[in-house]
Amino acid sequence: MANEVLTGAQAIVRSLELLGVTDIFGLPGGAILPTYDPLMDSTKIRHILVRHEQGAGHAAEGYASASGKLGVCIATSGPGATNLVTAIADAHMDSVPLLAITGQVNSTSIGTDAFQEADIVGITMPITKHSFLVTKAEDIPAVLASAVLIATTGRPGPVLVDIAKDAQNGKAEFIWPPKIDLPGYKPVTKPHGKQIQAAAQLIKDAKRPVLYVGGGIVRAGAHLELLELAKIIGAPVVTTLMARGAYPDSDEQNLGMPGMHGTVPAVTALQRSDLLITLGARFDDRVTGQVKTFAVGAKVIHVDIDPAEIGKIRFADVPIVGDAKEVITELNTELKADLKGNKPDIAEWWAFLNDLRTRYPLGYTQPDDGKMSPQFVISRIGELSGPEAIFAAGVGQHQMWSAQFIKYERPNSWLNSGGAGTMGYAVPAAMGAKVAQPERLVWAIDGDGCFQMTNQELATCTINNIPIKVAIINNSSLGMVRQWQTLFYNSRYSNTDLNTGTDTIMVPDFVKLAEAYGCLGIRVEKEEDVDAAIKLAMETNDRPVVIDFIVGRDAMVWPMVPAGLSNDAVQFAKDERPVWEEGEEE
Amino acid sequence: MSQHVLSLLVEDRPGLLTRVAGLFARRGFNIESLAVGATEVEGLSRITVVVNVDGLPLEQVTKQLNKLINVIKVVELDAETTVERDHMLIKVRTDAATRSQVLEAVTLFRARVIDVASDALIIEVTGETAKCQAFIKVLEPFGIKELVQSGVLAIGRGSKSITEKVLK
Repeated sequence: MANEVLTGAQAIVRSLELLGVTDIFGLPGGAILPTYDPLMDSTKIRHILVRHEQGAGHAAEGYASASGKLGVCIATSGPGATNLVTAIADAHMDSVPLLAITGQVNSTSIGTDAFQEADIVGITMPITKHSFLVTKAEDIPAVLASAVLIATTGRPGPVLVDIAKDAQNGKAEFIWPPKIDLPGYKPVTKPHGKQIQAAAQLIKDAKRPVLYVGGGIVRAGAHLELLELAKIIGAPVVTTLMARGAYPDSDEQNLGMPGMHGTVPAVTALQRSDLLITLGARFDDRVTGQVKTFAVGAKVIHVDIDPAEIGKIRFADVPIVGDAKEVITELNTELKADLKGNKPDIAEWWAFLNDLRTRYPLGYTQPDDGKMSPQFVISRIGELSGPEAIFAAGVGQHQMWSAQFIKYERPNSWLNSGGAGTMGYAVPAAMGAKVAQPERLVWAIDGDGCFQMTNQELATCTINNIPIKVAIINNSSLGMVRQWQTLFYNSRYSNTDLNTGTDTIMVPDFVKLAEAYGCLGIRVEKEEDVDAAIKLAMETNDRPVVIDFIVGRDAMVWPMVPAGLSNDAVQFAKDERPVWEEGEEE
Repeated sequence: MSQHVLSLLVEDRPGLLTRVAGLFARRGFNIESLAVGATEVEGLSRITVVVNVDGLPLEQVTKQLNKLINVIKVVELDAETTVERDHMLIKVRTDAATRSQVLEAVTLFRARVIDVASDALIIEVTGETAKCQAFIKVLEPFGIKELVQSGVLAIGRGSKSITEKVLK
């Protein structure tokens, strides 16, 4: 039988259906119009019309990060495509499997500065895993299949497919499955056996080992293997910002988050370690602080699916390229055979760390201005919502407090913009997460600054029945910037006042804004009202909910390692540095 | 810092050169010389890049290059097992008095004259970078009006081919 002849536009929709795509976030425009026509008839794909393309990008990221599936966003040429750029960059930094489809002007007009023409392939080259420009209808199935393969395998990442309008309008036989021809793409997933043995040997010999766990564990779905490994060797675990939830916070071996705003035990564990068992982490500057003074006494086992991460920042004594799940499985088998149920003796190490844990627990003080403490609000959201919920944060103080004060028990429950630090991520990401996992409670924990960057997606949520909960941690300022101004710029608050607090002119009034978008708006100013508001939000599922939590603006994120300094300079409160050993003096 | 010659086997796709060049720029590497062209296999091109860089950063750039989907293979060619050639076209000022001296240099360096005018010669020279540089030194006193050159071309000695395993 002859193959069916489809237009390029129909081929796009059909290919996506066959690739298992069920949800797309996007906004139409001239150069993508042909594709929106058959999209209207698809019974397999739900298209959610966003209010800004950046929202589509972050929604697709939230969708992917909450479910582990591919996220898909679509936009028109020119400004539609450039509005996706921030989200694509974000997905690139955090290894999110993302497919971005953009319309392009007719292939005959490319290069003529045509209306709404932008070289989006060129613009996004540094921030995509790969990109394609399609100018012929017959290339569409193979390109989309290749794009999905690249986005979702190896180290996941964003792939952009730019499709000229005449390719969408052209006709071609639809051949499925298409031939995928990627001779230069061969991700290594299976580790080298000798390296596994070498790693096991280092682990057995270590006196102060630490499992340094990164977001790769979440992306690889290797959390159960990690748990088993941790139990086999009994070593402490630190989970980076991207890895919160990869290892249960309730487990006694979890020391919490390391890095600039990490716990004193987690920061110190890395610093004093003699073996970093690095799993899907990349020695980010926010974790290492000053690199040359980072964990100077430690040997390094570095497991990553991306060979370029190994040795990029820190020399690896045992480099292992592979998929975290496969690597840890093999490592567990090796260690079980070697150790025969015995654990390496690291009692002294634990005594040291447990002492730090007792003396430097995470904590906070009440704000002086009588307003609510943001940490209290965020803690209560976490406690009342429980570990099955999903929490998406923006970027800044509220993000750090959400990483610190919410207890995560499962991977994919914590979504944030870790690498790029994209303000405005929370609302659209929460929206995407709720579409992917409609049965889960989904919170966007946002700042008053972040919220104002992407809150238009509340309209999308209301109209499409995506009942997310938004908690604005409203300190009426760009809080993290303000914190740095307090600490490093003599409290000169240059351009960080946002005037959204109750003692300001309140522009905008977030409750009124929420109501204008058809959401339930609640304002909370007293700590005794916090629980009731959270519960009301959790019970309200016929529309989105926005809670405006008015919090103290001088609250700061602690502990903190000042930027560029050694992790040894960690402060657990302003000008308060830990004493490492009992009786030790500075 | 030391000089390294990288040979890249790549798919001949639009934008490929931008991807490669962009990667060097983005990661802070200066390209000393670049030569691109088709290979014996249809659809595959070969890029020869000369970079001045330390060993560790070179490893990083090699790994990053390998991550480019259209890059099939990256090999560092070491001087001892590699044949390298530069190719230059040089326009030299000459007159009746100097022409014979210039022609003598051409013969000595086994270069070739490919265009003659009353007041200039165009000379083609091929060879290792050091030889070509030496030739330029000799010509300089006569007045070099124009100089164009290809990037370094390099190929491994012996019967092995960079495309061998790729095609299987």
